[in-house]
Amino acid sequence: MERNEIYARLNEVFRDVFDEEDLTVTDETTAADVDGWDSHMHITLIDAVEEEFDIRFDMRTVVKMKNVGEMVDEIEKQIS
Amino acid sequence: MHALEYPFDPQYIIKKKKSIKRELLGRDISYVEKKIAVLGGSTTHDIIAVLDLFLLNAGIRAEFYESEYAKYWEDVMFDNPELVAFQPDLIYIHTSFRNLKNLPDLQMSEADAEAGLAAEFSQFRMLWEKIENTYHCPVIQNNFEFPPYRILGNYEATDPRGTIRYINRLNEQFAQYAAAHKDFYLQDIQYLSACYGLDKWADPHYWHMYKYALAVDAIPTLSYNLSNIMKSLFGKNKKALALDLDNTLWGGIIGDDGVENIEIGPETPMGQVYAEFQSYIKKQKDLGVILNVCSKNEKENALAGLNHPDSILKPDDFILIKANWDPKSKNLVETAKQLDLLPESFVFVDDNPAEREIIRAQVDGAATPEIGSVEDYIRVIDHAGFFEVTTLSADDAKRNEMYKQNAQRAELAQTIGDYGEYLRSLEMKGTIGSFIPMYLDRIAQLTNKSNQFNLTTHRYTRAEIEEIAGSDAYIDLYGKLEDKFGDNGVVSVVIGHKDAQVLHMDLWIMSCRVLKRDMEFAMMDELVKRAQEAGIRTIRGYYYPTAKNHMVENFYAQMGFQKTAEDADGNTEWEFAVDASYRCQNQYIEVNGNGKK
Repeated sequence: MERNEIYARLNEVFRDVFDEEDLTVTDETTAADVDGWDSHMHITLIDAVEEEFDIRFDMRTVVKMKNVGEMVDEIEKQIS
Repeated sequence: MHALEYPFDPQYIIKKKKSIKRELLGRDISYVEKKIAVLGGSTTHDIIAVLDLFLLNAGIRAEFYESEYAKYWEDVMFDNPELVAFQPDLIYIHTSFRNLKNLPDLQMSEADAEAGLAAEFSQFRMLWEKIENTYHCPVIQNNFEFPPYRILGNYEATDPRGTIRYINRLNEQFAQYAAAHKDFYLQDIQYLSACYGLDKWADPHYWHMYKYALAVDAIPTLSYNLSNIMKSLFGKNKKALALDLDNTLWGGIIGDDGVENIEIGPETPMGQVYAEFQSYIKKQKDLGVILNVCSKNEKENALAGLNHPDSILKPDDFILIKANWDPKSKNLVETAKQLDLLPESFVFVDDNPAEREIIRAQVDGAATPEIGSVEDYIRVIDHAGFFEVTTLSADDAKRNEMYKQNAQRAELAQTIGDYGEYLRSLEMKGTIGSFIPMYLDRIAQLTNKSNQFNLTTHRYTRAEIEEIAGSDAYIDLYGKLEDKFGDNGVVSVVIGHKDAQVLHMDLWIMSCRVLKRDMEFAMMDELVKRAQEAGIRTIRGYYYPTAKNHMVENFYAQMGFQKTAEDADGNTEWEFAVDASYRCQNQYIEVNGNGKK
């Protein structure tokens, strides 16, 4: 799957979770950039992303992810 | 909302919880308002967020208090001022095996393990007793799920130092406490987690990362089940079933196949599975669920099917049998009307998705479960928890009998032209008196279940009713009505609080099954009598409109009150001058009082 395809699906997940229709995330997006992305919604987000791509982030990875780009790196790695 | 009906997609609910909430709040419906404190031994944020959705869907708008992480015990025992000020209507204590402090191990002696268990239980008992004395509100406490591993394997269930044995015994002690205490309800997580699959129920990843005792995807299952207990406590349970016949209660189409060819009973596997479903429905009836038929059939075929020697349900088990060719939506609405129930009190069970769709579109609020294939019927209807039981009163078991008697009364009314003559022929006997211990459960239940004949829609817990019963500050009356067809039990409750020479009516409710029987006049007569004796000069009545209590909009006018105020929302206030000139209005019921307090 191409990175832009991952982004297309990931944006849908973000829009569903944060209930914001025109939300678009990029490599540089962090929790501070998205309205409502607090520690609780982070859990919901991780769960929804795992479901969307049928993957599982391990604890070590979740702890380290700094921005959306790193999340996409991990998704890419797992589905390739 | 369809996404929130069992069987639901938990991941969808978690992911879309924000937009689901927005949609729910956009509906134009009236809500019961409640304050719910959630005291957790783990992070309860999502449990509350999802519970909120299920409650809103059921017409309950809750304000929540959430304890700090794992402070369930401290919040209560040390009187957290925030919790005290919150004045919860209900407290939910959510703990998991992670919160157990005295789990045994093999280094211990059996006596040590025993002492640990006793200490663990007494910690919880202290907590519950403190809540009972401080908050006087219902408590829901879950029991414990099993841990994800067993050091001793199967022997864990045998050795007193095994965690499995420990949890089994602790759960039994919880059950004993619940059985012995009013207003204390167990949420059976031991069962829920087993149903869900223990390995999926909890996820170590989420525990260690976020202190979630449950896997995120299991949260909707927990919250839904919890919402069912709350719905039951707050009077939002369903009351009746409307059942299709062909391919729902038996296999085959009776009109085409003939009664001898339908599949019911022990002869074939298909016959057996339908029989098992019928047994399940029959047990619901024994709990007080009202059974009705809603089928597209000739009536004689419907009756022939139910009279099949292997049919477990007989025509007598149903209150109304609608078997005709009218749209089912029409039949369901008529059934509700004839029984004095609201259509939303019904669960419509039909194997045909098209019929379910019609009910969904035409009958607001009726449940239309996706029952799947016949071998799934029981599971779907059961786990949906429409009729969640929180208390069992003797009246519940008799409810079908009462509805049947009502049908007989209706028949009698038709044969006697004059209504007064009809009422006289019923030979009614009433008992009206101050609340007595025997009826406290039923009184509390009635305050939570009455929606239509309800002037203020104020709900009371059993603890509150008990308090009122023991206090001189109130005039409280219950009314019981019997006639030649049977005993209706406690059907009316009136509560007023005294303020010098004024009595303010906090509650006036009556069960719709005794409408137009003069019972409201009998209650009024007794109320005025008690008011006179207490030196009350004025009775002040209040009517607060809801979506359902339109029928009593002018009730106080009928009772002889004068309207004194009305606001833009239709809330009205009424006054009645108590003096010696009052003439009793009830003509048809012979009333016996019981003692005053």
